[in-house]
Amino acid sequence: MAKQIPLVDYLELGDDPHLTANECTACGARFFDRRNACASCGKTEFNRVAVSTKGEVRAFTIVAFAAPGIPVPYVAALVDCGGTSVRANLINVEPDPEHVTLGMSVSLATEVVGTDDHGTEAIGFGFEPLGG
Amino acid sequence: MASDDLWILGIHMTKFGKHPDMDLVDLASEAVLGALSDGGVEMKDMGVIGAGNLMAANAGIGQQLQKQLGQTGIPVYNVANACATGATALRVACMAVKAGETDMGLAFGVEKLSGAGLLSGGNRKSDSGTWEPSGRYGAVAPVDGRIGTEIMPGVFAQIGMEYGHRYGGTSFELFAKISEKNHSHSTLNPLAAYSKKMTLDEIMGDVMIAYPNTRPMCSANCDGAAAAVVVSGSKLKTLSLEQQRRAVKISASILTTDPWEESCQILPDVNTLTRNAATQAYEQAGIGPSDLDLVELHDCFATAELVHYDNLMLCDVGGAVDFFNSGATWRDGSMPVNVSGGLESKGHPIAATGIANVWEVATHLRGEAGDRQIAGARVGMTHVIGLGSACGVHILEKAA
Repeated sequence: MAKQIPLVDYLELGDDPHLTANECTACGARFFDRRNACASCGKTEFNRVAVSTKGEVRAFTIVAFAAPGIPVPYVAALVDCGGTSVRANLINVEPDPEHVTLGMSVSLATEVVGTDDHGTEAIGFGFEPLGG
Repeated sequence: MASDDLWILGIHMTKFGKHPDMDLVDLASEAVLGALSDGGVEMKDMGVIGAGNLMAANAGIGQQLQKQLGQTGIPVYNVANACATGATALRVACMAVKAGETDMGLAFGVEKLSGAGLLSGGNRKSDSGTWEPSGRYGAVAPVDGRIGTEIMPGVFAQIGMEYGHRYGGTSFELFAKISEKNHSHSTLNPLAAYSKKMTLDEIMGDVMIAYPNTRPMCSANCDGAAAAVVVSGSKLKTLSLEQQRRAVKISASILTTDPWEESCQILPDVNTLTRNAATQAYEQAGIGPSDLDLVELHDCFATAELVHYDNLMLCDVGGAVDFFNSGATWRDGSMPVNVSGGLESKGHPIAATGIANVWEVATHLRGEAGDRQIAGARVGMTHVIGLGSACGVHILEKAA
């Protein structure tokens, strides 16, 4: 199998791919980026926690016009994963309002983004309709 | 008038649209000279300048303007605060006058955006030959289009859809109807970049940018400038009766940023900071939403206008869809919103927007809005939001 690297460092690959967040030990606020401190309470200690791979679509848009090189249309969404909001594309679904609906149940899926000059695959993530 | 009240003494906006023969300083100069003339004052009367421009924010537009209109040595604050840049420049003048540092201040905002296309997410770097994590997310490649979208029409589409998910009742057609209203309003505004009426079918059938926002449901990139002269109540008392009669009271001037909310770093939360700004503005002005005769709010996209009905408390919580469907926000409704045509048709030269909306409301309060005059208007509100985020709200009142 080709060597793999996650598209972003908060995507954990392996047998059970999932997202991880930096969770403030003081107030529980969760962040996906590298932190200087907590934007909610100002404290500086975080634990790395796993985010639920199941979620509900709270908002979406179907992007039809984007920068050159970005395949359109694609579905961008805000997914509520058990109380943690996640930004992601919806994948493995027809990108039209008949197939994508507010409140639909989805689960995390990974896909190959591309392969670099050294044969390493970058692995991205999206959410797909639950149970097909 | 109380001595520590703030007033708009003079105000002006340029025609919004394409100005290929004018540079930033030309446009700003037209607005500023117009505002000074409107107020019956001169550059030498100004004690401070709040200068707004976003796309060339490091160019010192305030000093460039001084070098054309008058180098009087006064402090210039060049400000950039995304789409709230104009409101921020106005806040600077308001704060300086309120603090007693000067009794008269100038604020202006100018932008050249004709043909600018997507302002965010318009380009994506190509993937590198070696995956190398970088940035705060350790991304090995550009993420726009791979992890959601960075384009504004898509971001604000989701903001409208989220409202629909929470409260129900939204649809592609509903959002298009909001755009239909604003394009209809624009037909009465000679300063609008686009003043063509559009049918619902034309709007829904136009080029899709990011569902449910088609092209006419997006704010129009264009060139333009606006400027205002702010004066203290004590100074205004010394000016002519005509200047006092036409002065417009700034009953509230508020700027907020977004307090942390669970999802605000995932999808911008334009709701909480707008509601906070509105709450503070109503309190500062000592009025409530029902006292407003017209509102100019930040319809950067049709999907955004809907949520701000609620955020500005023009309707009950969760009631924005019913409120719009009642016809309230049309110019003949109970709460006219964006009678200028809004950003979707008047245009959105970013830094000018937060002063141009004050010009629109002030012009109605003075009874000088011509064909689009809202009869008997005495109190109005302006609202802008810049992603990041910053929200500016002003409440204006007709001179007693």
